[in-house]
Amino acid sequence: MNHTTRVLKSEWTKVRSVHSTVWTLATALIVSVGLGALICAVTASTFDDMSTGDRLTFDATYTSFAGMGLGQLAMIAFGVLIVSAEYSTGMIRNSLAAVPQRGTFLWCKVLIAGVLVLVVGMLTSFCAFFLGQALLGSHGVGIGDPGVLRAVVGGGLYMALIAMFAVGITFVLRSPLLAFAILMPFFFLISNILGNVEATKKVGQYLPDQAGTTVMAVVPETLDRPYGPWEGLLIMVAWTAAALVAGFIVLKKRDA
Amino acid sequence: MIELEDLTKRYGDKLAVDGLSFTVRPGTVTGFLGPNGAGKSTTMRMVLGLDAPTRGDVRIEGKHYGELREPLNSIGALLEAKGVHGGRRAYDHLLCLAQSNGIPERRVGEVLEMVGLQEVARKRPKGFSLGMGQRLGIAAALLGDPRILMFDEPVNGLDPEGIHWIRNLMQQLAREGRTVFVSSHLMSEMAQTAEHLVVIGQGKLLADTSMSQFIAENSRTHVRVRTPEPERMRDVLVEAGLRPVTGGDGALEVDGGEAPRIGELAAANGVVLHELSTQRASLEEAFMRLTAQSVEYHAYAPGADGTQLPQTPPGAAPPPGGAAPPPQPGQAPPAWGEDWKRGR
Repeated sequence: MNHTTRVLKSEWTKVRSVHSTVWTLATALIVSVGLGALICAVTASTFDDMSTGDRLTFDATYTSFAGMGLGQLAMIAFGVLIVSAEYSTGMIRNSLAAVPQRGTFLWCKVLIAGVLVLVVGMLTSFCAFFLGQALLGSHGVGIGDPGVLRAVVGGGLYMALIAMFAVGITFVLRSPLLAFAILMPFFFLISNILGNVEATKKVGQYLPDQAGTTVMAVVPETLDRPYGPWEGLLIMVAWTAAALVAGFIVLKKRDA
Repeated sequence: MIELEDLTKRYGDKLAVDGLSFTVRPGTVTGFLGPNGAGKSTTMRMVLGLDAPTRGDVRIEGKHYGELREPLNSIGALLEAKGVHGGRRAYDHLLCLAQSNGIPERRVGEVLEMVGLQEVARKRPKGFSLGMGQRLGIAAALLGDPRILMFDEPVNGLDPEGIHWIRNLMQQLAREGRTVFVSSHLMSEMAQTAEHLVVIGQGKLLADTSMSQFIAENSRTHVRVRTPEPERMRDVLVEAGLRPVTGGDGALEVDGGEAPRIGELAAANGVVLHELSTQRASLEEAFMRLTAQSVEYHAYAPGADGTQLPQTPPGAAPPPGGAAPPPQPGQAPPAWGEDWKRGR
């Protein structure tokens, strides 16, 4: 059997054999879909109270993704734990003694985690969309409407990318405490403030999550960005790639 | 075979491992001995390619660790920090390691049985006792049926039964022709398992010798003589061709002398003796004497001929951390690091 295939099998065994995988990914799905559904239900019942302007620019697709802001934190937790557990338990020494080719080790872990979060991300995005549209009723949109499928697929990609960004950052930071303390408040609060307050928006809107969410909006007025949906996602891809490369460099250079 | 050549690791301005060169050969248990902080674990991490050496080289069967495609089939290691995810079942822990090296899954069951953990194979190690955790680490080391095994302080914190088990296992592995490299900070532990001995202190090689030779060289006896007339006695002894050294409490210590002859010399010259006794140095003392010169809190200077013994009762265990014996009167302890900087 090929060396890479063996390491991939090993990384799959690692990820499937700990509770935290199921917990974090299930939480991401349930919170995103559940909260999205709740917000859609409330919106549907108060739709007639909205101003005409709001009604005209109402983004039914984006509304059904409202739970992802919170659900993404569980995706980040998955990304942090899959890497930091290696360091906090000392498993990294066994892992690297078994696979001294550090590049192979890291990219196999990234690939296994990436496929898993992509599947869960897509599932989350599609469930949130269909449940949300059902609750919005006559105010909802169909998957075949212009830009909608792109937004829903983009939502899945967004969830996967945010987890992989966390994977890269945690390979740099190593400590679970440090990674959680930096990533959680950043994506829950700080980035939203920086991306929406007029004074910082010019720069803040290029942060990974602020750029990435653009792909999930169908109505351009929802986010008001100077770049298009795919460009936004591309900015997030660049951030994620940079984080992973940084993680790779740290793993390669530093003592385990 | 593990070959180290000028292996050096520097952390900031401190040399943790300083130019180590030695070879660990197959078929015997090689003890790797040194006080805590001597650089044993750092050396072992460099053997496994986990830490990069600042200088020098280490090879496993002639290859760098990073060149090994299936390293677990060549070398198995138990490191001091066991490195097991508490939430991953023992079986899965071993399985993921086995898979990465192309080791068949049935081998996982075999090694679990070998170390006696088959009952808890499906349990999560966070509930394991120290001994069980150590056995799981050894199971991982045995996975690839490697020719080289390396254990870092394997008996630390184990109960007598566990210690006995690990000792037998190491000797059995060596009898099978494998290379067994095991670290410890306890001489008494090594004396019972190792046939070859590598001693380091402050990262430097202090001895690389067989255990029997180490015992022969270091358990030499000396005669202790106490007398109210030490000056006269000293002259008598020197005249007789012996080389007395003044010990810590003013007693004379005669290396290589025989008690009956010294007694006769004293009687012939009319010197009153208060004590005449043969002292046998324990291995623990020999180890302490060897490493005392390199421990950080250096508190006494050895005799010019290196035969002066620290004033510890025979057979006493070394103080934790291998600290040097108490200072002797009239000799100010040198400043910290002075001895070390001098390069021994």
